[in-house]
Amino acid sequence: MSTTTRTREPVAAQSRRRRAGPTLRQRENRTGLAYLSPTLIVVLVVVVLPILWTIMLAFQRIRLINVRRAGLFSEYTLHNFTTVLQSPGFWSSLWTTLLYTVGGTALSIGLGLVAALALRRPFAGRTLARAAMLLPYVAPVVAVTFVWKIMLSPQYGILNHWGTAVFGWDHPVAFLSQRESSLFGLPVPTALLTVIVFEGWRYFPFAFLFLLARLQAVPAELEEAARVDGATISQRFRYIVLPQLGPVIALLSVLRFIMTFTKFDDVFLLTGGGSGTEVVSVRVYQFLTARFDIGAAAAQALVLAAVLVVFLIVYLKFFAPRLEND
Amino acid sequence: MVTRDTVESRVFGTLRWVVIAGLLLVTLFPFYYMVLLSLRPIDKVVSEPGKLWVAGSELTTSTYRAVLRSVGDGGQGFPQLLLNSALVSLATVALTLVIAIPGSYAVSRLRFVGRRQVHFLFLAVYLFPTILLAIPLFVLFTRLGLRGSLGGLVLVYIAQTIPVSIYMLRNYLTTIPDTLEEAAAVDGATRLQTIRKIVLPLAAPALMANALYIFMIAWNEFLFALLFLVERRDRWTVSLGLAQLSGGIEVSKTTLMAGSVVLTIPIVVLFFAAERMLTEGLTSGAEKG
Repeated sequence: MSTTTRTREPVAAQSRRRRAGPTLRQRENRTGLAYLSPTLIVVLVVVVLPILWTIMLAFQRIRLINVRRAGLFSEYTLHNFTTVLQSPGFWSSLWTTLLYTVGGTALSIGLGLVAALALRRPFAGRTLARAAMLLPYVAPVVAVTFVWKIMLSPQYGILNHWGTAVFGWDHPVAFLSQRESSLFGLPVPTALLTVIVFEGWRYFPFAFLFLLARLQAVPAELEEAARVDGATISQRFRYIVLPQLGPVIALLSVLRFIMTFTKFDDVFLLTGGGSGTEVVSVRVYQFLTARFDIGAAAAQALVLAAVLVVFLIVYLKFFAPRLEND
Repeated sequence: MVTRDTVESRVFGTLRWVVIAGLLLVTLFPFYYMVLLSLRPIDKVVSEPGKLWVAGSELTTSTYRAVLRSVGDGGQGFPQLLLNSALVSLATVALTLVIAIPGSYAVSRLRFVGRRQVHFLFLAVYLFPTILLAIPLFVLFTRLGLRGSLGGLVLVYIAQTIPVSIYMLRNYLTTIPDTLEEAAAVDGATRLQTIRKIVLPLAAPALMANALYIFMIAWNEFLFALLFLVERRDRWTVSLGLAQLSGGIEVSKTTLMAGSVVLTIPIVVLFFAAERMLTEGLTSGAEKG
């Protein structure tokens, strides 16, 4: 690309010299677009066009068998949406997705905040401890879900072994395959809760990293002044540190919410979507691979994206000013 | 008299160490357990699941041999899968950087039409569920015969990593003062020369961090590998191979753990080698809030 612009330039410059030559600004504009064009092309081909195509597919009656015949001018219909919206389990799966997302987001940011506060001041071995905190996020999802599955297994899992041997549980808990159990007489969605805890464990490093970086930028003088004025640790956190972290926490919430809402791997690998953990992404996958119903799968994925967009609009409406200066 | 301040200092001072110890336990223990199980015979694991320290004589490497032996020899053929994963990840890193470097330079330095709108395009990549992208790509790749090809997978990974890559690089580039580049321009360097000789060397730490992050995403990715490669055993990535392994009936849990260790080690080694760079590269610019 660079060579073509360079060889063409003299010719273009000659022809333009008669009029006013291209201003620096115009040239900068052209270079900017040229430099960004490979990115734009990749995103267009692998992201934008597929999204448009999904929208098309969602309005057509397509299964994997007749996908070759499907084209731009096939018949359009709302059939997929009516089937999907009326199908058993769709609304409950959307509800599960929401619970999973809110729980996972809150837990990962909460844990990340606690970790960042604990590791804020230097101590011997801090660098190593910080690196260890990042392990759950860095390690491959397939590997960590397998360890969790084995640790939580009711037959040979170490957690259940310790639980029954040391903590006096009556019986092993099937953390990942039990829809509901009762804790102190209250019904608890066991598997869903486990998946949420996993989400918090795996993604707290992400929040931890950003919060720690922000904490380090909080000017020491502010806290020092508050300390001199007699503010205690909790007061300094509440009135000095937390307000400084506000924008980062808001940004993290949006990021984690978006990513968790559309998450597939974690739930798929942990439970396969069983025992009340069927989030919409996993459901879409099942429509696609087990029923080969491309149209219905696309319609569901679109509904998921639409719900996410609605949430984001609501969020931006109420919190927009804070994100503006970002 | 004990003031509230001294009480709080003492409570939080202790609490801090409790929290650090607890966090270290929950982050490190699963990985320790993974390694431990991969080295124990399965019958011992079932009979004594709670044992956390094992004498050297009880350890076995048979699980690793089972994982690493070729399929022809009755093993799982992980070396081939490791090679596939490495190829896919390295190609993704190289191509993403080649595309993202000029892109991020443009976004951070050049004024052009639509510069402010670029972010919306990138947001779209993350806003739409990956599973939503997966459907048309699945159909398209089936039609083009690209399913089962590592090249198709690399293409998808590039698209997935480019936005975050440009975002990270742009944050770093804006911290490099323009004056250096202006000086180079005055000395008669073209823009490409300036980028190659001035900007890239200065951005080396950010580039390394970026490369590592992209490598991590590509190495760990599972959904697209599952959708595109599942029918071609010789093309499987390690993540996919391991997931498929768990479906096998005669594969013991300890073998599964050995596979997990094999999958995890390369990324953890790389990560610890460059941990500092990664954490700083990922969050630079976050300080501004």
